[in-house]
Amino acid sequence: MSLKKRESLTGILFVLPFLAGFLLFYIIPFGISVGYSFTSGIGGGTFAGWTHYAEVLQSYAFQLAASNTFRFMGIGIPLIMVISLCLSLLLYGNARRTKLFQSIFLYPMVIPIGSVVMFVQVMLSEFGIFNRILYQLGWEEKDWFQSGLAFYVLLFLYIWKNCGYNMVLFLTGLQAIPAECEEAAKLDGAGKRQYFRYIQCPLLAPSALFVFVMSVINAFKCYREAYLLGGKYPHKSIYMLQHFMNNNFENLNYQRLSVAAILVFLLIFLLVILLFAGKYRSESDGGSRKKIRRGRGGKRTSKRFPHGT
Amino acid sequence: MRMAKRGILVLAAVLALLPFVYTILNAFMSAEEYYYYYGGMATGEEVYLAFHLLPDRWSLDALFTVLLSEPGYLMKFWNSIGITAAIAAGQITVSCLAGYGFSRFQFPGRRVLFVLVVILMMMPYQVTLVSNYIILDRLDLIGSYAAVILPGIFSSFGVFLMKQVMDEIPKEVLEAARLDGAGAIRRLVSIALPISRGGIASLLILNFVDNWNMVEQPMVFLKEKSKYPLSVFLADFTAGSGPEIFACGLLALLPVLLLFAYFRDELSGGIAVSGIK
Repeated sequence: MSLKKRESLTGILFVLPFLAGFLLFYIIPFGISVGYSFTSGIGGGTFAGWTHYAEVLQSYAFQLAASNTFRFMGIGIPLIMVISLCLSLLLYGNARRTKLFQSIFLYPMVIPIGSVVMFVQVMLSEFGIFNRILYQLGWEEKDWFQSGLAFYVLLFLYIWKNCGYNMVLFLTGLQAIPAECEEAAKLDGAGKRQYFRYIQCPLLAPSALFVFVMSVINAFKCYREAYLLGGKYPHKSIYMLQHFMNNNFENLNYQRLSVAAILVFLLIFLLVILLFAGKYRSESDGGSRKKIRRGRGGKRTSKRFPHGT
Repeated sequence: MRMAKRGILVLAAVLALLPFVYTILNAFMSAEEYYYYYGGMATGEEVYLAFHLLPDRWSLDALFTVLLSEPGYLMKFWNSIGITAAIAAGQITVSCLAGYGFSRFQFPGRRVLFVLVVILMMMPYQVTLVSNYIILDRLDLIGSYAAVILPGIFSSFGVFLMKQVMDEIPKEVLEAARLDGAGAIRRLVSIALPISRGGIASLLILNFVDNWNMVEQPMVFLKEKSKYPLSVFLADFTAGSGPEIFACGLLALLPVLLLFAYFRDELSGGIAVSGIK
């Protein structure tokens, strides 16, 4: 056997355990549910063509769920990216501060969701603290979960929970920019703002890409919070695609669920292709940029693993 | 300006820690106090709640009930531990192997497969709900812990993370080991894994926290309520479940907190490594 063939065989063997489970629990069943989406009757009796797709796309519940999900991500993701970038800029360059605050900001991520929901209930329920304050101030009390406000409550929880993680990612990106860059920029007369705009921003692009991917994942995970606060049928401003799918699952309406799942799959597929295409393009035209990143790699590795090496 | 910066940071830190501190402190509240301050929640009476951070009189009653006198809570706790630990152990093993394979070897279909991993990683859990159900039903696993554990082990985030982490290992290190006669497994165990310590720790924590909080899967795949983990129980707080609820919250907090305290430095390091490319 040639060396190359042996190499690829070894690689496949390493991936194999994962691959087996991945195929069994995700890929093959997903294929089956693609089948569901084109057939009718239990067990897929008759071919139904695109009728389920048309039905789902026209249904009010799906349209509402899709537009809410887009709205949530459209507002939430840019917002969380800006906020976490700002926080990381506040910590950047101050080692003591970084050490202290970095782990504090990671706490929301590790706190069990039960405790968080408990706290939110105490704060925002009908007779909660917020309404008590509003009442004492003589203002009208608000229904935080069963009105349009629910959307903002969820948005806040999303940012609160995931900001720390994104901040660490941005902070690493910032720390990886070589100090010479700042000196050179200063010598050329660039102010702080210019340095940020022309040096830090472009060099943060890889971090930003990863933050974006994680933010999409975490935005979908917000269903848990929405579910725990609003149940299966929450206020219509936070009725998400995940609710739509979950409810159809519980009503045994696998066709509708499969259709929705496939549509989400296609959207994310497109997104990933776009992201990857963008990434490869920026890597091929930015040779110098890549070099800078490489140069930092070694330095960081030795710093990052004080116990490992 | 400096004061403003510091002010923002302190405010954000308070916001980040408040629910955490709140849960811990309220666990030491006596039953009378609970009914006095949160009575409205338990009975549905129309009384405002009070913001109550420090207990008036510290009491271990609630913790005593949860930890010793009523076995139900601890059973749920151990259910949770069992499920979460099994998933974490499986996921870490599988992900380290696959991450190493994806990162260090060329084989046909590698790129396509990895893109598939990324797509599945980004999809909401509900997309795979029906798929999971179909296959678990065929394997006759519905209702058993395996129904919750197995799909968790093979979720794609771990593979993605470990590939990112292992991509960062300098090529020369592994090449040198190979020239010294180390086989592929030896290189993984003696070199790649120790270097990836930070990444593994952060995968452990992220995975543990995620599964520690699982609500959807047990409700769909475990039919018996006695098998439910603590997270599902805690999720029902709305009904006003009595003075033990905060003690339960503390119980749920403990394992995560221990892990977090132990691996704190690795966690931020591991997150950092994963985000480089």
